[in-house]
Amino acid sequence: MDEQTVKKITFLSRLKIDDDKVESTKDEFVKILSWVDQLKEVNTDGIEPLVSVNQNNIALRKDEVTDGNKSAEVLANAPMKEYGYFAVPKVVE
Amino acid sequence: MTDLTKLTIAQARTGLDKKEFSAQELTQAYITNMEAKRNLNAYVCETPDNALKQAEASQEAINRGEAKDLTGIPLGIKDLFCTKGIPTTACSGIIKNFVPPYESTVSQNLLNAGAVFLGKLNMDEFAMGGSNETSCFGPVINPWSKDVPLTPGGSSGGSAAAVAADMCMAATGTDTGGSIRQPASFCGVVGIKPTYGRCSRYGIMAFASSLDQAGPIAKTVEDCAIMLKNMAGYDAKDSTSENKEVPDFTKFLSGNIKGMKIGIPQEYRIDGLNDEVAAYWDKATAMLKDRGAEIVNISLPHSKYALATYYIIAPAEASSNLARYDGLRYGVRVDGNTLDEMYINSRTAGFGAEVKRRIMIGTYVLSAGYYDAYFIKAQKVRRLIRNDFIEAFKKCDVILTPTTTGAAFAIGDKTMKDNPINMWLNDLFTVSISLAGLPAMSLPIGLNSQGLPLGMQIIGQPFDEQRVFEAASALEKQVGFKGDK
Repeated sequence: MDEQTVKKITFLSRLKIDDDKVESTKDEFVKILSWVDQLKEVNTDGIEPLVSVNQNNIALRKDEVTDGNKSAEVLANAPMKEYGYFAVPKVVE
Repeated sequence: MTDLTKLTIAQARTGLDKKEFSAQELTQAYITNMEAKRNLNAYVCETPDNALKQAEASQEAINRGEAKDLTGIPLGIKDLFCTKGIPTTACSGIIKNFVPPYESTVSQNLLNAGAVFLGKLNMDEFAMGGSNETSCFGPVINPWSKDVPLTPGGSSGGSAAAVAADMCMAATGTDTGGSIRQPASFCGVVGIKPTYGRCSRYGIMAFASSLDQAGPIAKTVEDCAIMLKNMAGYDAKDSTSENKEVPDFTKFLSGNIKGMKIGIPQEYRIDGLNDEVAAYWDKATAMLKDRGAEIVNISLPHSKYALATYYIIAPAEASSNLARYDGLRYGVRVDGNTLDEMYINSRTAGFGAEVKRRIMIGTYVLSAGYYDAYFIKAQKVRRLIRNDFIEAFKKCDVILTPTTTGAAFAIGDKTMKDNPINMWLNDLFTVSISLAGLPAMSLPIGLNSQGLPLGMQIIGQPFDEQRVFEAASALEKQVGFKGDK
């Protein structure tokens, strides 16, 4: 874990931290990661990862339309909307 | 007339049905109390007009002889549950202006049972925290505070504080690593996290989807049974909701535990365990034995790795779940020149420090090169933790442990502020149960030397909340906790 990694993770998280906070964030990450490193001492050879306690019971449903015509409700909380669409900054030059 | 806000749900049901008081009088008493105790900061949104309308409809139903379990019962709803037309913020700046166009399944179930909603309750931002201090609306004050303001615990801090301060008869909570049980313990009230899959997660803002579960916080074990019965149930809208019949939990409150096997995990007696907590644990064990239970020593060898496991899995799932808050479709947008800049500006302005910390840890453990070493490793240890419980339950019916390592701490506590891991240690006794998906209840056992409540935790097997209720009822009868501050 170095400052470069902190900057990369910050971008992957779509967050921003001030330059003067990068070092303290790195230090905190090092502290947390060395704490979780205790898991390395556990022998997990041949153990299947447990994704969810009831993953075997999850049912599939038919892929079909069950409701619709709710564009007003879908857009009701949009910070910006135009012509019945979510509006975003220009992404194509 | 008696103080209506001191009643339990069961007592209020009788009073309402016998017309000793009206649903409007009951709701008004709570509205008055809710307004009088605003200094506790338990509610982030009060809906008194709505509540009085619901109370009026409740009274009409009672008059027609059509009262259901919760008809006219005033409840508070944690601000993580979407409530149609009523602001729902998860106490985060990023969706401070969000008004859901739909109702969560659990809150709809409660409405279907006749409940009255008083408003939305404060909590840690996106349920990430153990003290309610990460809320964008500021911390809740524990009603048990003496000289210094204490935290109510978290994340369901507003729920536990509101119940303890008679600001609602019961409340909804959610529990990912201890968020119902730890605040219930800190505030001297009862709370149960049911089995994963018992309650639908539909309409509850997601934190860590493989762990999140809704449950009630109330004044008594019986009230929790009434609440849970009316919250739980299969829901096709949540693929992890289990298609199992919901038992009538109120049928399991006799407190008859003759022959029940109570497991005591030796590994929970950690070095430096608070003397008073240890003494109450022994006392609770003796009380259950007095009522005819058999005490069995059990071993949960991997539980000591539960916290580290949790703080990989929960942030990983959170980083994925919280990617949806991008300033685009709902919530707060902070403009930028490009799409990425807009995402970054919105998220940086909207999220608080603890949420950002967890998103970044989660992003790191899921990133290329670290995925196997951290995330997959944690999921393997998670299975070992669960296997320990499966083994232990071959020898016992329920497990008894303390809920927390100590009583409520002060708001702004320096050791918690200086190192996030210290705050996370609050979940020490609760988090392994979440990883294993088991039901567990916290109920008050007594006060410590400072006059602050401590809680005991009763852990059950999957979909066996019934024996948790039986054992908790037995303990509740023996303890006779009054809740007088």
